[in-house]
Amino acid sequence: MDKFTTLTGVAAPLPMANVDTDKIIPARFLKTIKRTGLGVHLFDTLRFDADGAERPEFVLNQGPYRKAEILIAHENFGCGSSREHAPWALLDFGIRCVIAPDFADIFHNNTFKNGILPIRLPRAVCDQLMEDARQGDNARLTIDLAEQVVVRPNGERIRFEIDPFRKHLLLNGLDDISQTLQHAPSIDNYEARQVQEKSWMPGISV
Amino acid sequence: MADSKPRTLFDKVWDAHVVEQLSDGTCVLYIDRHLVHEVTSPQAFEGLRLAGRKVRRPDATIAVADHNIPTEGRANGIKEEDSRIQVETLERNVVEFGVPYFPIMSPQQGIVHIIGPEQGISLPGMTIVCGDSHTSTHGAMGSLAFGIGTSEVEHVLATQTLLQNRAKNMLVRVDGVLPVGCTAKDIVLAIIGIIGTAGGTGHVIEFAGPAIRALDMAGRMTVCNMSIEAGARAGMIAPDETTFAYVRGKPYAPKGEALEQAIDWWRSLPADAGAVYDKTVVLDAATLAPMVTWGTNPEAVVAVTATVPDPAAEPDEAKRAQLARMVEYMGLVPGQKMTDLTIDVVFIGSCTNGRIEDIRAAAAIAKGRHVAAGVRAMVVPGSGIVRDQAEAEGLDKILLAAGFEWREPGCSMCLGMNPDKLTPGQRCASTSNRNFEGRQGPGGRTHLVSPAMAAAAAVTGRITDVRELG
Ligand code: SF4
Repeated sequence: MDKFTTLTGVAAPLPMANVDTDKIIPARFLKTIKRTGLGVHLFDTLRFDADGAERPEFVLNQGPYRKAEILIAHENFGCGSSREHAPWALLDFGIRCVIAPDFADIFHNNTFKNGILPIRLPRAVCDQLMEDARQGDNARLTIDLAEQVVVRPNGERIRFEIDPFRKHLLLNGLDDISQTLQHAPSIDNYEARQVQEKSWMPGISV
Repeated sequence: MADSKPRTLFDKVWDAHVVEQLSDGTCVLYIDRHLVHEVTSPQAFEGLRLAGRKVRRPDATIAVADHNIPTEGRANGIKEEDSRIQVETLERNVVEFGVPYFPIMSPQQGIVHIIGPEQGISLPGMTIVCGDSHTSTHGAMGSLAFGIGTSEVEHVLATQTLLQNRAKNMLVRVDGVLPVGCTAKDIVLAIIGIIGTAGGTGHVIEFAGPAIRALDMAGRMTVCNMSIEAGARAGMIAPDETTFAYVRGKPYAPKGEALEQAIDWWRSLPADAGAVYDKTVVLDAATLAPMVTWGTNPEAVVAVTATVPDPAAEPDEAKRAQLARMVEYMGLVPGQKMTDLTIDVVFIGSCTNGRIEDIRAAAAIAKGRHVAAGVRAMVVPGSGIVRDQAEAEGLDKILLAAGFEWREPGCSMCLGMNPDKLTPGQRCASTSNRNFEGRQGPGGRTHLVSPAMAAAAAVTGRITDVRELG
């Protein structure tokens, strides 16, 4: 996983609430056995019409936003299915940070595992950033994870909160499995205890 | 200590699975059961392979293909190449990693959330995960069951644990007695209508109260299944005699003395008196009517007797725009009666309503009637076992005689990954759980309802109050 330290880039405004994972990547594109290559289908139905032509009114089809690295949205971003194809598609398009008032739980979890930073900020602040984002290339945002700030084009620094463990993993590009395997002895102990205390629990074999 | 304070059902199951608590409060949580399917696992197995890792507990893992297999003519193979590759990839992975697998032609095959409880693989007090958000279904057993992403699938395969933060407790208590014509589906749709699609975010919902206790296991699974549509991490229902009776005799459930031991522990799981919930919602089942969604998220729901809401009445500008978009996408007119909507397709199935009880409910309405002209109505049992049971009861004959299609088990038109899809503009009464734009096929319009309501829509050709069919 790539490290996430600082990011300066164009932010795309997406003033919608309840952006569900079917919107981010419709189910018909989940038939892949790879993590990459999904960026072309990101927001497929919003981005393209039935004939596959771009919808010019959709933000990611407009000038500077084709290179957006930050996305700003409204409440409950990423609700719906658990598909990790949603963060994979965002990442493959080039989005490394999503800012919204709140996120659906599974999606929130999935972003971290892919080096995407989800930032929760109050709706009023998101609306201010949305205004910045509307200026496209002229108003880049900077995200500094170590400092936990979003820097607006006017220099204003907005602090955000993040779970310290998640921050540590992102800053260092660490994957969870190697972290957890450091606790292998505890897992062994737990399993040994379970065999004693829950001897009724059957194993599965076919 | 944890046991000095009254605990909820969730607290107890959580506490019993904490392997280690890290300094910042994150827990290494042990996972008892891991269900794996073809769509969210290929990248996880690939990750293991690249890192040279093994599956830690194949005997706690079960794999099945359900999302994109055909529900017709399966014996002839899968025609769509990308779907076939996903299933073949799963079949190779389960062999390479030694994971138990129910092959697609076996009667045990079915939707992952149907087969877990049906086989006795999902049991009370367990932690259960799957790379699918509707894993919340298994919470009906009194287990902590939740959906995870593919990186977490890989994490569980490698370590049999997950790194998790404790969720908050939410209680949804449903009092009273459910009126005739209403079902578990109507309860859960009504709850989502009240608390909203983000009402449960960060929480595990425990469903309780007399109306929940009165539900059979199928109904409880329907309710827990849709807790994710309220944004909750999981839904749970405390195990009771109904649960124990259901578990008894299931193929993979403990038997004899072992079962009695398990039940002893399971009896200790319901919340202690005085346990505190961070949020509580109370609902009176007696006030419910059959529900139907009108918009493009499950919170956009009304009683079947109601009309399409008018977005102009919404004071918040952003919400007003969202409602207007829903009305437009769904091809509705504000103020229109729900029962005036004519439908093109009916889908009865999915992990929400693909159990034998659901098919019985649909057949009861279909019996002696016929699917309306111009309507396509499909019934897709949730598993091979459900299909066999329905055929043993003659339900397939009733449905076929009434003009319904009787298909092979799988997810089917719940998400349109296999050939079962809506075409743009088609209106569908569906027993599934999501009515998002394009969920059942690009441009398709989904109205979520109970199985009886779906069957009623099939025979009348429009959204119908099932109580009027008697
Ligand atoms: S039936 Fe639908 S919701 Fe359930 S697992 Fe399949 S696709 Fe997901």
